[in-house]
This record gives sequence, structure tokens and C-alpha cells, in this order.
Amino acid sequence: MAATRACGWPPHSFRCPSYNCPVRPTYFDYAASAPLRPAAREAFLTASDVVGNPASLHTYGRAAHAVLEQAREELASHFGVRPTAVVLCSGGTEADNLGVRGSYAARHGKDSRKDLVLASGIEHPAVRASVESLRSQGANVELIPTNRDGTVDLDWLSQVVVAHGESLALCAVMWANNETGVIQPISQILELLAPIDVPLHVDGVQAAAWLELPRAWLAHRFTLAVSGHKVGAPVGVGALVVNGVDVLPTTHGGSQELNRRPGTGAAALVAAMAAAVGQTSSDEAQMVARLTAQLREGLADVAPDCQINGELAPQLPGITSVTLPGCSAESLLLLLDQAGFSCSAGSACSAGVTRPSSVLMAMGVSEVHAAQTLRISLGWGSTADEVSRFVAVLAEVVRRSRQVRVGA
Amino acid sequence: MDMSGLRVVAAMSGGVDSAVAAARMKDLGHDVVGVHLALSKNPETGLEHGRGCCTLSDARDARRSADIIGIPFYIWDMAEEFSETVMADFVAEYQAGRTPNPCVRCNERIKFAAVLDRALDLGFDAVCTGHYARRVNRGDGTYDLCRARDADKDQSYVLSVLTQEQLSRARFPLGDDLKSDVRVDADQRGLYVANKPDSYDICFIPDGDTAGWLRDRVGARTGDIVDIESGAKLGEHEGSFAYTVGQRRGLGVKIAPADGRPRYVVDVDTASNTVFLGPPQLLEIDTIEALNAVWLNGIPARGASVEVQVRAHGQTSAARVLAASGSDVSVGLETRLRGVAAGQTLALYREDRVLGSATIARTRVQRPH
Repeated sequence: MAATRACGWPPHSFRCPSYNCPVRPTYFDYAASAPLRPAAREAFLTASDVVGNPASLHTYGRAAHAVLEQAREELASHFGVRPTAVVLCSGGTEADNLGVRGSYAARHGKDSRKDLVLASGIEHPAVRASVESLRSQGANVELIPTNRDGTVDLDWLSQVVVAHGESLALCAVMWANNETGVIQPISQILELLAPIDVPLHVDGVQAAAWLELPRAWLAHRFTLAVSGHKVGAPVGVGALVVNGVDVLPTTHGGSQELNRRPGTGAAALVAAMAAAVGQTSSDEAQMVARLTAQLREGLADVAPDCQINGELAPQLPGITSVTLPGCSAESLLLLLDQAGFSCSAGSACSAGVTRPSSVLMAMGVSEVHAAQTLRISLGWGSTADEVSRFVAVLAEVVRRSRQVRVGA
Repeated sequence: MDMSGLRVVAAMSGGVDSAVAAARMKDLGHDVVGVHLALSKNPETGLEHGRGCCTLSDARDARRSADIIGIPFYIWDMAEEFSETVMADFVAEYQAGRTPNPCVRCNERIKFAAVLDRALDLGFDAVCTGHYARRVNRGDGTYDLCRARDADKDQSYVLSVLTQEQLSRARFPLGDDLKSDVRVDADQRGLYVANKPDSYDICFIPDGDTAGWLRDRVGARTGDIVDIESGAKLGEHEGSFAYTVGQRRGLGVKIAPADGRPRYVVDVDTASNTVFLGPPQLLEIDTIEALNAVWLNGIPARGASVEVQVRAHGQTSAARVLAASGSDVSVGLETRLRGVAAGQTLALYREDRVLGSATIARTRVQRPH
């Protein structure tokens, strides 16, 4: 690959005005990170020119404060909450830590009988590890079983709520899963927990790019983690929306964010995140859903025996988890990457070795099939032409991958 | 070297040699892709350049080297294959009273087999490694495997198990280099692994405690340590598999020898789980019989003069071929050798050229002093 393209832009840049440049490798891994939206970039650069710590009282500080708070208000308005309900932080992982550990600390601290934590079996490591870390503080942790369609088992949950409601401190279920895109029945879970007044932590990192927060949620206690770079803002910024839940800080320092999250307000990053969130729309979601439908038709044509995981449940418009029998994910990814298509298998957070996804196995997918599964995720910059070109190379990629002798 | 641009998989361990080898292949105009082999089922986390190989920090080092060199990088999970071939063979050989060489097995079954197969299936032409060895074109489309220029680092021994077909698909860019020059080259390229220490232990036994590793997997079996000449019991051991013919250290024997001279393991009897100690003279042999021979360019004739090597970093011994076939070979040594254990690889050379290799099955003294 040449160091720059003929047009002068670096090979992976999304800023080339030729939107459809065939030389740029195709990015089909939006679930891992979304390219920076032009509006977010603009907002970041403009806000970066404002000097000052938003907490300072002088003229510079006030300017920075205005930028930060304006962005916060835009985010709050987007989620339908008050500005004080938006706790800004460094990203989805920190927001998940705050929502799980900060919420447990407050609740358990107030009433030590509340020591049971329930979480789905398909959470992102940021939630799963946060929940597991509570064991060392004496919490009992139980995982909610997963139905074969990829949604959590509500029957199981309601039984446990009935049996152990008094000791339940916290429940954590993601809004939509990052590997399969399956949307969880959050509204119903909130209603289940309402009678016992237990807060729900919702990892909204994937879903926030696509779904509007249902206003019905606002009558219930929940925290919602949001990640900037998944919606097209820079990496390094996120938010925890806090609705009727006490949250103690998980790191220590100053009193910013109403004593919930210390650290200098990242005005420029937050401005970028607000701009990015503001760009999301149902039109965009529908556009991507059409591309995903085109992709899935192509997959079915090329590999009639392929399985789309989670297709029987409601799914996000951009994520496709496809099992291609006989093809190892490792080989598929290498061949696709070499052919100019960047996809993934499982989440981006593994050690670099492609391990069969525990999310898929929780849904009843066999370990063998889990190791033969690709995740293709589209987003705001994806085009129909990219999908066509992908489908065009797929037959050869699948054919070659099937003839790989080792670890197929 | 090759004239045309090949598609090459560069096996990158995270060390300096494989990184420079990959860079050299790219410099030669080949289309290089770096691959790190995940061979461990439980890679140790956060080991700061620990001993052993293929830890998570090694994977990071390899990835970073690939970044700097400017080649794609992937990790291939070969843990299952490695465990079922190299590690299983290692345990089985020790249990049978032999001393395996896992690095030879790895080259034979993983690096130039499983990895090469996968590379070819995925459309690549060759696998390149950081081994110090030379692949020399004979001019007729076949190749010789020769010692590296850096005699101290020469690794032709562990590669002596390669077939002509495997060798034709292998590339060893460092064959003409001194190790010290390779480190300088790495440094000039901005590779921070330039000063990373080499790993010497068996890659899957990072603390070097082979006996302990085997005990964990095979279980301890108490048996006797016996003086082979007097028949006296000298002590007990926890598993004969932990002992190698020729071993002098770590015998675990409290009773000092009567003559004050060092004792060596001279025989291991797995059937009775007995380890026999004796004076070093009993270790001397002059005849080696080996099986599962691999010949690179023809079977040597009976009576041919060769040099043999029985250890990875050992000297060669002058020898004569007593018999050789497609599957076996036996050699008579000009001077006696000590401490040659069954299971080790016998590599045969003519000058600096590898003729082939086989696995030692039996050793003995043929000609009395």
C-alpha cells in the first residue's frame, strides 16, 4: 500500500473528498470505533481554541465553562434529562465502572444487606469486570441466563427479583450487545425492578449511536453509559447519564461533576461528543439498516449455509454477526484485511488472539461455530458500493478460508 | 535470493532476530506479513520481558516491531496444535526414558508444517524466520541447508529435521549475519527490541524447571537411585522422567561417592522407574543408531565421512556412516562421546552442509579401547 494516495490523502483517511475512494481500505468495524464525524472534528477544533480550565473563575475559565456546559446541555437534551444528570468522563469503560461500582458503593454503603448484584451473561468486559470486582467487596454476583435469541431471560430475572429482592443492590444489562447487536428488553427490566426500587445500569455504548432513549425509562432509576468514539467523536470522552441513582466516585480528586467524577472538564472533547450525538438520527439509522439488509442478502447468496446470530431478536441497524461454517474467523479476517476490508471477530478488547466469543456461546452457539464467526459493523460513513464490493470478494475469501487445513 | 516478489509470512516471536528477518524480507521487495504464533494456552500476563516465549508482552513486542517495519500483523492461535504435538511428544518421550528436543519438534511439526500449511492455504509462498542458518540454492531448484556465518549462533541443528520441500518454502535472512550486527541493524531501524535478551529456556517452561513441569503433568512416582556398579541404593527420586543420561547436576542424592569423583546418570530404566548413576566412563559411546531419518539431498553412502552433532549448541564429532536408509542411520564416532541420550536429534553434516538428521534410538560402545 502506498504511503499516500494519488489524491494526496493518507491511505486510511476519511477526509478525502472522494467519498467513495476505492483505494481506501473499507472500514467495516464501526462497533469497535467510528470514524471521526466532520461536525465533531469541527467542534473539537473550535473548542480547542478556547483556553482555560472550566472551573476557574476568571474570564478564560468562564469561556471554557461556557463551552463545556453548552455541550452538556445538548447531551442532556438529547437524552431527555436535566444537565445535572449527565456525568462527563473519559469514555465508555469509565462510565461503566462508575455506573456499576459507584452505584453499588452508594447503595451497599447505605444498607449493607443489599449485597446481591445481577448482570447479564453477555456484558462487555467493562461491565463484567466491574461487576466481578465487587466480589472482593463481599457482593454476591449472579449472571442472568441468555435466551437462544440473544436476549436476557426475563423469567429467570423476575423469579430472582421475587426471591431475593431485599438483598438486590444493583442490576446491569446492556442496551444492545456489541457483538450481535441484539437489543435487550430494558423497559421491561426497569418495570420488573421498579417495585423493589433497584437501579439498573445500562451499558449504552453501542446503542446510543442508533436508538433514542425511550421517555418511559425516565420514570425509573437507571444509569446509562455512553461512549464518544462509538458515535463518531474522538476517543477519550464519554458520559454516564444518571437518572435517580446515587453514584459515588470511583476515582479520587477534585469535586467536579457534583463530586461524582473528578478531573478537569474536557471541554473540547465534550463539545465534539455533543456534536457527534447531535448528528445521529433515525434517517441515518434507516440508511444503515438498508445497507445491512443488502449485506445480509449478499452473505446468504455467497454462503447459503451462513447463520446470522441474533436475527430473531430486535437488533441494531449496523451490526451483523455471521457464522460461516468451515471457515475460521482468524483466516477470514486475514484474507479480508488483505483484500481491503476491515472487520472483526468478537470484541476488539481480546489479547489479539481470536478466541471464540463467550457472548455467542451464552446464546447456545457451539464453540466451533463461535470460532467461525465474523462481526461486520457499518455506520455513518458506509456506502452501498462498499457493501457491493465486499460481497464481490466474499466468495473467493470463503472458498480459500474453507481450504485452510489447520484450525479451520 | 529470489528475484520475484513473494508473499511471505514472517514468523515473529517478539524477539530481535525474527523482527530483523521480517524487515530484511521487506527490503528485498517481498510482500511480507508478520505473524505471531500464540502457542500457550495460558499466556502469562504482564511479564516484563520474561523468560520463555510467546507471552502477552512478546506478542506486544512483535506487534510493535511490525508497526515500525511497516507490515501487516496477525496472531495465529496454534495453542491446540502445539499442545498436541510438541508438548505431548515432550511428555511422552520423557516417560519413555528418552530426552526430547522440543525445538526440533516445533520446527518439524509447527513452524514449517502447521504454519507453512496455513500460509500456503491462505495464498502465501514462503515462511521466513529469524533462525541463524543458510539456505543455499544448488542451482537445480533444490536447496542445501548450511550453517550460519555466526558459528556461535548457528541454528542449523534445530532445522536439520526439515525436508527438501519444507526447505524450499523457508527463508532465513540472517544466515550471513553476526548476531551483534543484527542488534545494530535493529537499533538503526528503531526497533526497541534491539536490546531484548535472547530466551534460552524451553519456551513453554519459562522458569527452566523441566523436572517440576513434568511432575505437574505426569505426577510424582517415587523410585530408586542406584549405583550401577555396586548396586547400592543411593537415594530416591520422584520420577525417572526428570533424569537424562549424562546429567550430573540436580541428582538429589545425599550420599557422596566413595571415590570422591562426580557421578552421572548413566541409565534410566522407565520400567522399574530406576535411575542409575555411575562414573563418566560409563557414558562413553562410539556408535549411535537413529530412526526417523530425514535426508535433504540423498542418502549418504555406507562408509561416508561425516560430522555429527548431538546437541543444539555442541561441538561436532567426526564420524563414519555405518549404515543409512530412507528411515534409519547409524554412525561410528572417531572418538568417544559422553552423555548422548536417546530421543535427541542426531544431525549429520559434511563441512557446513546439513545432510540430514534422525532421532537417536540407541547408543553403545562398539570398539573396545
